[in-house]
Amino acid sequence: MVNSITTHTGIVAPIDRVNVDTDMIIPKQFLKSIKRTGFGQNLFDELRYLDVGYPEQNCSSRPLNMKFPLNQERYEHASILLTRKNFGCGSSREHAPWALEDYGFKVLIAPSFADIFYNNCFKNGILPITLVDSEVEFLFEKLYSTENFSLCIDLVNQSVKSNFGEEFEFKFIIDSFYKDCLIQGLDEIDLTLKDREAIKKFEKQREKICPWIFGAIK
Amino acid sequence: MAGQTLYDKLWSEHLVKNRDDGSSLLYIDRHILHEVTSPQAFEGLRLAKRKPWRTDTNIATTDHNISTDINERKGGVSGIPDKTSQIQVKTLNDNCTLFGIREFQMNDPGQGIVHVMGPELGATMPGMTVVCGDSHTATHGAIGCLAHGIGTSEVEHVLATQCLITKKMKNMRILVDGELAFGVTPKDVILSIIGHIGTAGGTGYAIEFAGQVFEEMSIEGRMTVCNMAIEAGARVGMVAVDDKTIEYCSNREFGPNKSQIDYAIKSWRNLRSDKDAIFDKEVTLSADDMEPQVTWGTSPEMVCSVTDKIPNPKSFESVDRQKSYDSALKYMNLRPGILMTEISIDKVFIGSCTNSRIEDLREAAEVVKGRQVASSIKQALVVPGSQMVKSQAEREGLDKIFKRSGLEWREPGCSMCLAMNSDKLNPGEHCASTSNRNFEGRQGNGGRTHLMSPSMAAAAAIFGRIADVRQITQGNQ
Repeated sequence: MVNSITTHTGIVAPIDRVNVDTDMIIPKQFLKSIKRTGFGQNLFDELRYLDVGYPEQNCSSRPLNMKFPLNQERYEHASILLTRKNFGCGSSREHAPWALEDYGFKVLIAPSFADIFYNNCFKNGILPITLVDSEVEFLFEKLYSTENFSLCIDLVNQSVKSNFGEEFEFKFIIDSFYKDCLIQGLDEIDLTLKDREAIKKFEKQREKICPWIFGAIK
Repeated sequence: MAGQTLYDKLWSEHLVKNRDDGSSLLYIDRHILHEVTSPQAFEGLRLAKRKPWRTDTNIATTDHNISTDINERKGGVSGIPDKTSQIQVKTLNDNCTLFGIREFQMNDPGQGIVHVMGPELGATMPGMTVVCGDSHTATHGAIGCLAHGIGTSEVEHVLATQCLITKKMKNMRILVDGELAFGVTPKDVILSIIGHIGTAGGTGYAIEFAGQVFEEMSIEGRMTVCNMAIEAGARVGMVAVDDKTIEYCSNREFGPNKSQIDYAIKSWRNLRSDKDAIFDKEVTLSADDMEPQVTWGTSPEMVCSVTDKIPNPKSFESVDRQKSYDSALKYMNLRPGILMTEISIDKVFIGSCTNSRIEDLREAAEVVKGRQVASSIKQALVVPGSQMVKSQAEREGLDKIFKRSGLEWREPGCSMCLAMNSDKLNPGEHCASTSNRNFEGRQGNGGRTHLMSPSMAAAAAIFGRIADVRQITQGNQ
């Protein structure tokens, strides 16, 4: 069961680069965990800290890279991440959205996301919003010129709105399936198992057509 | 009505139902599990008191975390130097025992990297839907599977329901006609394609690789190509079934038995796009002018021919590209305008799910045979993709060729492709690598990766720098 989202207002932090890969979001040494939680302190580990991190480390005394936005005071309570195209490319590791969620991000905004990462976000209560290049550019400009820049996200009406100051509103497109997923926070396995009979029927048919698929691996 | 693409056929053959919310339930024939992306999925099953839908569709192995050092391997799980890795490997063993899933443990004869092991055991066969919590699952598309990577929540979902909730992708065909020149390999073909369409060029698409080049390519070569579809942004890469596929897939341990094989082959013959099939996007490239490829940056699209110079970021129109190329060159400590062959190499890695099969090892061995690794090379690893590949290579004496030339012959695993074990780069080191990702820190914090083919990596080992393998192998002809 994932946390549901309908609206969200929060501070925006920038990761101003294209093709941010999931290795960058959560480096490999942290993938050795057998848990789903606790990845937030190692989110963007190689960009965020000046030393090399290791699993289950106390990160509070590690040297910080103060050039990295998440270490700067103005972005301290950010819950919306603004970034560039093809965010989340590379490895399918769900540890990437786990780390973003654990850190406190609820919404990601970019011109495009990589397929597997995009899909993984919805399983973890994170809303990835795709806006066109010019809108993302506009938000970056606003973000850099406004202290405590925050945005209002409305998933029901599919809009990104200004929270204060100059008014603007951008509409975004989202597949109804993904939208429902987040709004209702459903258990997908329960939902699928409602079709148990249909799956069984299909499977029986498949066993007739391709018997070699079944029973060979013991 | 227009004909169907290979992807359309595989999709409709596995469609359980279209749901009211616009998603679809797709039946999954084969699910491959490994130690890194499965523990939380099994935990989820346990917490919800669920059982796997069925066990005989799943197959598991350990590959990402394990040591490739023979002495450490002999020590079994407790021989793994890192305690957290030990726990992860042991967790997979325990979960597979508990849930009744067939696992090839670390030192079992069938063990290997998931995407090397699957096809060689016949666990993946043409026409199957194949998923695995690993983005390089597209590899199995080389034998006409609909195969792609999934996240851990989906691993749990497939375990519990044998289905995936998904949406149909769009169809893309990449046509490469012409003849590959001497010294140009499948790795060079896929790197050229990625250089051409970019790392997001295939996002949202299932790619079918078609044309003369792929028709003439071996099955293992096609695996190298499909493996890196994700580096072009596409979850799915595939090649139509032909006589080579059928020959490769007959007589595999978990494949059809004698009474099933004729019928199976008959059904596999249909696994190709209809002549009048329509693709949402078509890309056409010529093989004639492809050359050995090497990456210079931190994304697989930052690639050029070995004979080229490193491009100047300023020569590109897009500001995004200028910025990312600039930052990549800074990370790589390289400057525009220098020849690729001027780049010194510290370490060499021949392995990974992209290039660790027997043909890859033969290709590398041919280059190093009778030659010595340059004295400036700190480490040159050859890591076979599976126990079966290792045994075959040893039967052919390839291990001896590598060892005589000064390369290390290791035990099967993912190794330095993602450096989850002790095989890694130190900060600042340049690596000639046959793996699939040159991201910052991928092969070790601060490490600098140059992706290339096995023969090119072998040439780099001999010269101590990036080198045009054709200068060596021309003489071998």
